[in-house]
Amino acid sequence: MISTSVNTTATIAGVHFKNPVVMASGTFGFGKEYGKLYDVGMLGGISGKGLTLQAKAGNQGIRVYETASGLLNSVGLENPGVEAFLSKELPYWEKLDTARIVNLGGNTLADYVLGAELIQRDANERALEGRRAVDMIELNISCPNVKEGGIAFGVKTPAAREVVRAVRAATSLPLAVKLSPNAEDIAEMAEMCEAEGADAVSLINTISGMKIDVRRRRSVFNNLYAGLSGPAIKPVALRMVHQVAHRVTIPVIGMGGITSATDIIEFIMAGATVVQVGTYNFMNMRAGSTLVEELHQFMVEESITSLDEIRGIV
Amino acid sequence: MATVISNERLANGVYHLRVEGEHGGKMGQFYMLRAWGAYPLLSRPLSIHQVNDDGVEFLYHVVGEGTEIFAGLTPGDPIQLEGPFGNGFPEVEGKVALIGGGIGIAPLYYCARQLPDSDVYLGFSREAFRTEAFRPLAAELTVDVGGLILNSVDFDSYDHIFVCGPQPMLKAAQMKGAAAAAGGRSPKVYLSLENRMACGIGACLVCSVSCRDGQRKACTDGPVFLAEEVVFHD
Repeated sequence: MISTSVNTTATIAGVHFKNPVVMASGTFGFGKEYGKLYDVGMLGGISGKGLTLQAKAGNQGIRVYETASGLLNSVGLENPGVEAFLSKELPYWEKLDTARIVNLGGNTLADYVLGAELIQRDANERALEGRRAVDMIELNISCPNVKEGGIAFGVKTPAAREVVRAVRAATSLPLAVKLSPNAEDIAEMAEMCEAEGADAVSLINTISGMKIDVRRRRSVFNNLYAGLSGPAIKPVALRMVHQVAHRVTIPVIGMGGITSATDIIEFIMAGATVVQVGTYNFMNMRAGSTLVEELHQFMVEESITSLDEIRGIV
Repeated sequence: MATVISNERLANGVYHLRVEGEHGGKMGQFYMLRAWGAYPLLSRPLSIHQVNDDGVEFLYHVVGEGTEIFAGLTPGDPIQLEGPFGNGFPEVEGKVALIGGGIGIAPLYYCARQLPDSDVYLGFSREAFRTEAFRPLAAELTVDVGGLILNSVDFDSYDHIFVCGPQPMLKAAQMKGAAAAAGGRSPKVYLSLENRMACGIGACLVCSVSCRDGQRKACTDGPVFLAEEVVFHD
């Protein structure tokens, strides 16, 4: 039973999160699948599968490989495209009482802008009809698994600035920018996002990694490298969230290897406003409901009445 | 949490796991299983070998850390099950052939129970296992060790053909199905794909399958697909 005596809420650019547990892009589809297993409306938010302007088939070959406490993935942004999302998936989100974040990727600067414009137009139309729209755009400039776009924009600050500026101009929706741990200087990157008018930064995306099949004498991935996620990356993610949270005034959405309530608390103490949970969904199909319940329990046990009491205290 | 009834070694690296509880499922569907805590991270998809009053049964081959842990399970051990998931083999009428290669025979036993007049073809590269369990269920049972079981099957003789095995075998079955279709009888060939999975329920797109009409998911659109739909990449 979830205790109502503790306050887990947070707000980012006017978007309300009833709790800090947000499902991370790429691990939760658009929520429908997990909605068959538990009430995903109890989550703080959902960041949907990364979208590109056009539908994308993703990478060939092996797409996932387990490492020590980590997961390498090379899905390559398979997705139905922005328009298909808006017409086919968003109606499901309309019914959910949770923050709805659309994760937007792109091959080119123009793709990002056109994608953001489509989402903005849809939000405008919905507003006129009094219907719920997307609450926030999470700009993905950090996917390591696509050759063009993705991380190509997310490593160097000047290239990232161009994308953030162009998308900021294209939409008035709350905008979070998802940063890559592979960035040359992630704190500088976050400062740039703030300066360009982003409402939040989310970090970290997966860390570029590799696995070699020694018998076949080649990488197990057709793309050579893949993105590492899961508990293995948590210390790195936590450090980066801490660094960035001390350098910017906009909220930080923290993620990387969260599998427990204490992991969430660590990220909040490092300065995160809310967190995202990715790989843990594959370890526990009811990860969202488990974490929300555990978090309440932990807060009661530790006499934490509001996450604001501990946010950024380290 | 469910409980292991038995976990019998059938052959080198091949085990028959029986799990207690009311676990349903249709032929060709699978469960996500784990018998550990945080590591390995992913649960393992295993197709249903049999469902009965006692519980659900699986056949698995030890290929990595997860299945190695399964191999160490003994009666009474706890095991986590989620499922059943996926679209299995269709309920069909007419003359049916069930063709299994290696551990690919796993889902076909449940098919043989449901379609008792089927001809069953089981192929193994080195060592046969579980073949005698099929004998009373099959109209005709053909077992091959070391050869190519597909060579024993006349695709023109069947209305429906269910195949599960390694990818080269599935690809060969697809080609034989296409050749038979060109010849006139046109059996419906269904392939059960074994893909790596992370979520098992259609969210992660790790198990994506290239099909003629675009990408589909092995976990929810499959694991059983009409052979003619699948596009194999080398």
